Amino acid sequence: MTAPALDALDALESESIHIFREVAGEFDRPVILFSGGKDSTLLVHLAVKAFAPAPVPFPLLHVDTGHNFDEVIDFRDTLVERLGLRLEVAKVQDYIDDGRLVERADGTRNPLQTQPLLDSIVEGRFDAVFGGGRRDEERARAKERILSLRDAFGRWDPRKQRPELWNLYNGRHAAGEHVRVFPISNWTELDVWRYIQREQIELPTIYYAHQREVYKRDGMWLAEGPWGGPRGAETLEQLSVRYRTVGDGSCTGAVESTATTLDEIIAEVTASRLTERGATRADDRMSEAAMEDRKREGYF
Amino acid sequence: MSRDLLRFATAGSVDDGKSTLVGRLLYDTKSVLADQIEAVHRASVDKGLATPDLSLLVDGLRAEREQGITIDVAYRYFGTPVREFVLADTPGHVQYTRNTVTGASTAELAVLLVDARHGVVEQTRRHATVLALLRVPRLVLAINKIDLVDYDEAVLTAIAKDFAGLARSLGFPDDAVQTIPLSALVGDNVVDRSERTPWYDGPTLLGHLESVPVVAPEANAPFRMPVQYVIRPRTEALHDYRGYAGQVASGTVRPGDAVVVLPEGLHTTVSSVDTADGPLASAAAGRSVTILLTDDIDISRGDMIVAAGAEPRVTTEIDATLCWLADKPLRPGARLLLKHGTRTTQVIVGAPECRIDTDTLTEVEAETLGLNDIGRVTLRTADALPVDDYADIRATGSFLLIDPPTGNTLAAGLVGSPLALTPLTPLAP
Repeated sequence: MTAPALDALDALESESIHIFREVAGEFDRPVILFSGGKDSTLLVHLAVKAFAPAPVPFPLLHVDTGHNFDEVIDFRDTLVERLGLRLEVAKVQDYIDDGRLVERADGTRNPLQTQPLLDSIVEGRFDAVFGGGRRDEERARAKERILSLRDAFGRWDPRKQRPELWNLYNGRHAAGEHVRVFPISNWTELDVWRYIQREQIELPTIYYAHQREVYKRDGMWLAEGPWGGPRGAETLEQLSVRYRTVGDGSCTGAVESTATTLDEIIAEVTASRLTERGATRADDRMSEAAMEDRKREGYF
Repeated sequence: MSRDLLRFATAGSVDDGKSTLVGRLLYDTKSVLADQIEAVHRASVDKGLATPDLSLLVDGLRAEREQGITIDVAYRYFGTPVREFVLADTPGHVQYTRNTVTGASTAELAVLLVDARHGVVEQTRRHATVLALLRVPRLVLAINKIDLVDYDEAVLTAIAKDFAGLARSLGFPDDAVQTIPLSALVGDNVVDRSERTPWYDGPTLLGHLESVPVVAPEANAPFRMPVQYVIRPRTEALHDYRGYAGQVASGTVRPGDAVVVLPEGLHTTVSSVDTADGPLASAAAGRSVTILLTDDIDISRGDMIVAAGAEPRVTTEIDATLCWLADKPLRPGARLLLKHGTRTTQVIVGAPECRIDTDTLTEVEAETLGLNDIGRVTLRTADALPVDDYADIRATGSFLLIDPPTGNTLAAGLVGSPLALTPLTPLAP
């Protein structure tokens, strides 16, 4: 008798759980990079399932740009409390305050996250850093390994990647180097939403349609905040919007939407003609190789 | 509705139009979205091209776009209402063995491209040999650029016949190979059926990918599960919980099954197949589970739980086939690390017994193995390992060789001789 093939979501879940367990078995100090967005919330959900009924054997690290949506910070703190996890926070604001980093002319802080991230990895002596990156997000990410070696400067060299065969992950690294781990590499945006629906995973409320004052810049709907607001001819409008990604408030755009349930969101994602990054991330539009360049410098 | 997942790989020589084919699959299944298409149109205009260059959809790294080549294995995702696809796109140039081995190692099917004007060439033989060695269960021979041979049936028939001979020599059953004439550039028979090939009554490429059965050969093999991690909550309520976490590598496991823990050889019984969502009645290959046993025995990461009565051999001497993936060649007698399942152990690699000439499918003498070489060796490991022949169970018949000082992966290893070769006459130059 032949067993039926696993359903696609079951196959992806099992692969991700396998990756979490491999890293827990082979590394001394792993950490999950956590932004409060849907992908890192999915990571935490999978980590919980990988080690249940025991607790997740590693902490979370949030690189906080200071440009946050209040709903996301509330969500983060509630999640950490409910699951009994340990959370460490590295603040971009601290770096700006003491002069180690300088605010960019465009006010965007996503590229400023790299330095606090690398410092936190060194200070925490973390040897494996889980991230919610997916290969379907962007062309440079499509070439990233599931276990991706970073040198002592946190840099990614796409030409020196190790071949990754079967489900045998080679995580060997020298002292001072670390490995970035992407357990949901093979998931697509739609897989993530379908799984969130199937597992009833709670998300920050900004992922669902809500009324918000927004203004249009470069074809994206941005919210007013400590990072700034409308300039020149830009004006605030009250719209029903939701977010497809959660990042730095200054460069994360909302999309017009009335989707208040997961069914409605999945219907919208299925019908969407834009990728989530193209639609809502100003930082990824900067250049043809924006992501590759940031990854080489140590960004996620 | 429940959809399954097909993992497949593409392989082909430089300029066979592989990136264009992958771009075409993504484009015609509407898996690329407006902003990505717009970026390709912009870049194509910048390059002075009349039509959009679909290969720009997939060549993501700066160096790739600058040189117009694909450097590294890339993974692509697309779906249709019946199935989801994970595509390992493997470039055909310098590191062809390394890339093809990587893509093939997780593939249930491979699409091998040839140029209709050139037919089966040396690279085709190399790629097909690697796909056979890695035991990819199914092949598609995609005869690309049929628009450039005026959709001539005779040309296609000749190439298909030529390739059938190669496939048979490599041990592929006839029904494991599907030949599809197509044009990635124009779109003939990729997603949409072409009106210019009325003589072809087979499926389109996508139609075939959607309908081919996804059954891993491991599903019917005996049960194997390398232990990844021991789960012990140590709470009051779960004081005695001791679970062995792992992904079922082959076969099926059920509560009540008699199992053996290797390499120690301890016999026990499965009491529960647990998950975070509760216990399962059974778990098949590919499923991550936590196994609870009736006896309290000492088990740790690196051990393997297997079906009693159908056990792998436990040995420190392994005859194996290696695919050498590194620039640094094999030094006979080298002391390396070997990663098999969840165990990493020291290994001494003997001198190569032979190298496989992928042009003639014969064994030739070799003193070492270099980048892209495939050869046979005998290994001696420090710890005894439970191994199956790769031809029987891929998951427990595969391993990595790792360079201790750099940590680099040097070779992909396959237990036994998975390739049964019938020699071929060399291709005319």
